[in-house]
Amino acid sequence: MPAAILRMLRRDRWALAGAVTVTVIGFVAVFATLLTTIAGHDPYTYDSAALDPATGQPAGVLGGISGDHWFGVEPLTGRDLFAIVVHGTRTSFFIGIASTVVSVVLGVLVGAAAGYLGGWTDRIVTWAVDVFLGFPYLVFMIAISMVAPPEIPKPLLLIVVIGFFGWPGIARIVRAQTLTLKQRNFVAAARTLGAGPWHVFRTELLPNLWAPIIVVATLSVPSRIGLEAALSFLGVGVPVPTPSWGRSISEAIQWVGTDPMLLIFPGLALFLTTWGFNVFGDGLRDALDPKSGVR
Amino acid sequence: MLRLIAQRIGGMLLVLLIVAFCTFAVFYLVPSDPAQLACGRPCTEQNLALAREFMGMDSPWWRQFTDFLVGVAAGRTFGSGATAIHCAAPCFGYSFQQNTDVVTLIAERVPVTFSLAIGAAVLWLVFGIGLGVLAALRRGTAFDRIALAASVAGVSAPVYLVGLLGILVFGFTLDVVPVGGYVPFSESPVDWAWRLVMPWIVLAFLHAAFYVRLVRSQMLETLNEDFIRTARAKGLSESKVVGKHALRNVLLPVVTLVGIDLGGLLGGAVITESVFSLPGLGGLLINAVHSRDLPLVLGCTLFAGFLVVVANALVDLCYGVLDPRARLT
Repeated sequence: MPAAILRMLRRDRWALAGAVTVTVIGFVAVFATLLTTIAGHDPYTYDSAALDPATGQPAGVLGGISGDHWFGVEPLTGRDLFAIVVHGTRTSFFIGIASTVVSVVLGVLVGAAAGYLGGWTDRIVTWAVDVFLGFPYLVFMIAISMVAPPEIPKPLLLIVVIGFFGWPGIARIVRAQTLTLKQRNFVAAARTLGAGPWHVFRTELLPNLWAPIIVVATLSVPSRIGLEAALSFLGVGVPVPTPSWGRSISEAIQWVGTDPMLLIFPGLALFLTTWGFNVFGDGLRDALDPKSGVR
Repeated sequence: MLRLIAQRIGGMLLVLLIVAFCTFAVFYLVPSDPAQLACGRPCTEQNLALAREFMGMDSPWWRQFTDFLVGVAAGRTFGSGATAIHCAAPCFGYSFQQNTDVVTLIAERVPVTFSLAIGAAVLWLVFGIGLGVLAALRRGTAFDRIALAASVAGVSAPVYLVGLLGILVFGFTLDVVPVGGYVPFSESPVDWAWRLVMPWIVLAFLHAAFYVRLVRSQMLETLNEDFIRTARAKGLSESKVVGKHALRNVLLPVVTLVGIDLGGLLGGAVITESVFSLPGLGGLLINAVHSRDLPLVLGCTLFAGFLVVVANALVDLCYGVLDPRARLT
């Protein structure tokens, strides 16, 4: 499969652009501290010297962009916007990927069990998937973040909640794939030889499920990153002062007329990340699933 | 058909019951106490117990749940004597903070959210389906490529970002449209539409992006089917082949998606409403969350769940109309 992905990247320029974007942003997330050390500011230190004392807005043009503050500074606090955006990458990536892992593990186990075991297991899972897909989960997530005890770290809570509400889509696809695989001779052979469900799952089904799993997982990362940003935007996501694109964008609301840069930088970062995952995921799907190659 | 409808309604009620139960469990099993908030200062043990009893929170959790369900069906009364508050059926709870029952609060906000969601849905269906079909028919042309690139961008852009950029460009820089607020339709239909233009376009743009992608790929797949070749071989005009035979097939997944999207939006377009400062259901929920008004949060969540379930049921019925095969199962 890595060979298939490489071939796809060579052929599909959009997917390559997406892959490059995702990789660059991934590097930014991993080396955030290093990057901000080079740039000379951390995302937490207040700097009133960079502000116009009369209005509390950034001194200078375009939100205070200068050789010192690459993306300018935040109004009222004077914190470095470059550092905030760079560290926000870490928040978004971490929550996006970790919650995807949670959903994939749940979705694959549940979906494969439903497809392979059939009968009542299948009926209950299919029904639960329908219920979950139709659940007002944004409303529910907002509500849960409100009532959760403050001892639970918010990022962990977000990962669990976003991960938990994300499994049904994956389970549905894995179930459909498993139903097809179950009919294949190698699965029948393994069963005839007396292999139990767990063994069949691990050695026969899983290796054949990877391709669709990777495609759905990649395509679901952007919506999770968007969800984290949305929750932070609404004030129920990661708490202050942890940098988050969503919260920066929500703070930008009151400054949009006077300091649009506060909206543009975090917004652009968020947009590029989701866009990168989307086009890369589209390319992956076309490469790994020949049927959908309708580009 | 009747049996299908009956089955659907039964299933709907069951799903709603489960949504109610989950919501209830989350809100009442966590250490957050509406009675504590309503208790007043100084909050003595005695006052707290009184507040709990008044709100019906002194009974075990399962009792509270059944009380709630009974309230929905037959209404309920909080407290007793002169200070009693009666909440008529269907009673989805009572906001002790705002001294109003939840249904009234929701009913006040419904027109705003419905105007927003339905207006946007009309726009995105027209443009999403139209552009998707055109892109499929002109596959590989510049039009197709532009439509695809724009739709990937639309799928990737979050609603608050596009909304804020719209406000920035059209509201502040060009100053052509109002950037927020709501005027009831009954007061002035023109102002109502004019205020909603921006939110409609923003919501529609983002949703249309999904529909363009879906419709395009479905259309391409359908046009390769045998029955399309048969239709062409019969000598039908191309517009009839596409408009009648292919489109009907393409609409099936679209209907599913509309159900999910519209159901979700009607329950509160939380983010859009907050960007454009529209006083809708989403705003009601967010305010309730921030003021820790548990009964109201519970009511809003349930109402949103109710709309999603109803939307899904309608989708199933539409399936029966669009696809004769679906009537059999």
